[in-house]
Amino acid sequence: MLSGLAILSGVLVITRKNPVHSALALILTLLSFAGLYLMLYAPFVAGVQIILYVGGIMVLFLFVIMLVNLERSQKEKSFNQQWIAGVLAAICLGALFISIYTRGSSLVLRSEVQFSELTNTQDVGQMLYSNYLLPFEIASLLLLVAIVGAVVMAKKRI
Amino acid sequence: MPSFITDYLQKAGQTTPGQYGSPFWALVYILLVFAGVSLAVVCMNWLERKILAHMQVRLGPMRVGPHGLLQPIADALKLILKEDIIPEGADTFVFWLAPMIILLAVFSVYCVVPFGPAHAITDMNIGILFMLGVSSLGVLGIVMAGWASNSHYPLIGALRSSAQMVSYEVAMGLAVVSAVMMTSLDADGTGTLSMIGIVEAQYAQHTWFIFKFFPLGLIAFFIFAVAMVAETNRAPFDLPEAESELTAGFHTEYSGLRWSLFMLGEYAAMIAVSSIAVTLWLGGWMRPFPNLLNGPTWDLAFSLFPALTFFGLAALTFYSTARMPKHSYFRIQTFGLGAFGAVFVLIGVILLLPAVRGRIQDVYWFILKIAVFMYLYIWYRGTFPRYRFDQLMKVGWKILLPMGIGVLMLTGLAGLRTEVWHFTVRSAGEVWDVFRQLVHI
Repeated sequence: MLSGLAILSGVLVITRKNPVHSALALILTLLSFAGLYLMLYAPFVAGVQIILYVGGIMVLFLFVIMLVNLERSQKEKSFNQQWIAGVLAAICLGALFISIYTRGSSLVLRSEVQFSELTNTQDVGQMLYSNYLLPFEIASLLLLVAIVGAVVMAKKRI
Repeated sequence: MPSFITDYLQKAGQTTPGQYGSPFWALVYILLVFAGVSLAVVCMNWLERKILAHMQVRLGPMRVGPHGLLQPIADALKLILKEDIIPEGADTFVFWLAPMIILLAVFSVYCVVPFGPAHAITDMNIGILFMLGVSSLGVLGIVMAGWASNSHYPLIGALRSSAQMVSYEVAMGLAVVSAVMMTSLDADGTGTLSMIGIVEAQYAQHTWFIFKFFPLGLIAFFIFAVAMVAETNRAPFDLPEAESELTAGFHTEYSGLRWSLFMLGEYAAMIAVSSIAVTLWLGGWMRPFPNLLNGPTWDLAFSLFPALTFFGLAALTFYSTARMPKHSYFRIQTFGLGAFGAVFVLIGVILLLPAVRGRIQDVYWFILKIAVFMYLYIWYRGTFPRYRFDQLMKVGWKILLPMGIGVLMLTGLAGLRTEVWHFTVRSAGEVWDVFRQLVHI
C-alpha cells in the first residue's frame, strides 16, 4: 500500500501543472518512503528522512517556488517533445531494474545480519563510527566544500 | 470484562499501551490525551487573556461568567457558528488541507510524550527524532495556508514562517543532540533517543540535564528555549502573523472554524515543544529530588502536592467569591464562582485517595513543569517587543547556531572526560581485585 501511494504521488509530481501541487505530491512520496523504511525495521532512517527531506528540503523547495514568478510556467506545456530520448532512457532503466531483480542476489553481497528494531539507532551509530568512519568523514568534508562553494558563488565580495 | 481490557490493567504502571500492544488501551490513552490537550488549550486561551490584561493593568474578560471564566466557551460557540469563507481565486483543496495538516502534525507528536513512566501512548526507539520530525511538518501547513489563500499578506507570512522555522530548527537540533549525548553517560554506556529512556537516564545519573556539566546543560536548554518560541511562531518571534504589519499573517483569509483550528494547532504545538524541553532537561515526570529525598515519608509528602494545588485553587476561588460585589445583579455570578470552588475541592479530595494519589503524581509533576513554560510564553508576549526580520535571522544563524555547535563540542569533551574517568576507576577496581586475590593466594 505504501509503495502504491509512493508511485501514485510520484506520478502526480510530474503530471501536475501547478508546481506547488507537484511539491506537495513529492512530500507525500517522501513520507511514504519513510513509512517503507519503518516497515524495513529502520526507524532511524525513517525519522531522518522526515526531518531532512520533508521538514527541511521540501520547505525550502516551497519557499523558492513561491518566490519565483509562476505565471508563465503555468501556461507552458509541461511535456516537451523529446519522446525518443525519454523512451530510450526508460527502457535502459527498466532493463537495469529487471536485471538487478533477476540476478541481483549474485551481484550484491547478501547480508545475513539482522538488526533488532530496538537498538537500530545504536547500531547505526556503531557502524558509522567504526566500519564506515572514512566514508562518513569524506562525506562531511564534501558537504563542507559544498557550503563554502555556495557562499563563494553567492557573494561577490566576502 | 473482556480479557483485552483486563490484561493490560494487571501490567499497568509498568509499560505503555503501545509497547504492550493493546489497541484498546492505546485508544483510551489517545482520547484522554486529545481531550486533555484540548481542555488545556481552552484554559490557556482564558489564562493568556487574563494574565496579559493584568500585565497591562487591565481587567481582561469580565463579562461572560465570573471573571470571564466562561469566555472560552462563548468564543468557541461563536467560532463554530461563524460563516466559513473561502476567498475567490483560492486553491480550494490546499486551503482546506492546510489546517488539517497542522493539527495532524501537532497531535501526532503527543504519541511519544511521556507523562509518566507508563503514562504515554507509546514509547519509540526514535522518540525525540520522531517528535522533531513530525513537529517540523507543521510548517508545511503554514506554508500551504499562506500560498492557497491567494493573497499578499498570507503569502508574506508563509515565506517568513518557512525561513524562520528552517533556520531555528538547526539550532534546536544541535541543542537536542547535546542532551541526547548526555544520556550515554550511564553505567552501561549506550545512549537512547526514546523519551522515556531519556528521563530514566536523568534518574540514573542523579541530575536533571539542565544542571549536567554546568553551565553546558543550561546553555543548551537556553538555546532550545529560544528556538522553541521561534518554532511555535509566538512573540517575540511572531513575524509570520505580525498583526501590525501583516493583518494576521498566514491565516488572514481564514475564518470561523478553520481559523480556530489554527489557534488550536498553535497552542497544542506550544504544549508539545514545552514537553520536549521538560523531558530533555527538566527531568520529565520526576518529582524534585527523587534520589535525595526518598523514603516513605517523602513519598507521602510529595504525593500530596496535586491535591494541595487544587485546594489552593479552591481557596483562591472562595476568596474571590467573598470579594464579589454584593449587588443582586451579581448573585448568579457569585454562585457560579462558588460552584467552581466546590468543583476544585471535589477534585482535590479525589486526588487525596491513595489509589489515585499514587497513579497521578507523575502526570502532575510533568504538567506542572509544562505549566511553567506556558506561563513563560505569556510572559514573553507581554514583555518583549517583536524582532525585525533581519534581527531574527541574525539571532538564529549568528548567535544561536555557533553557540549550539560550541555547546555540542564541549559536551562531547566533558562526556569523554567522564567516560575516561569511569574507565580508569573501573580498571583500577579490577586491578585491585586481581591484586587482592593474588595476595590471598
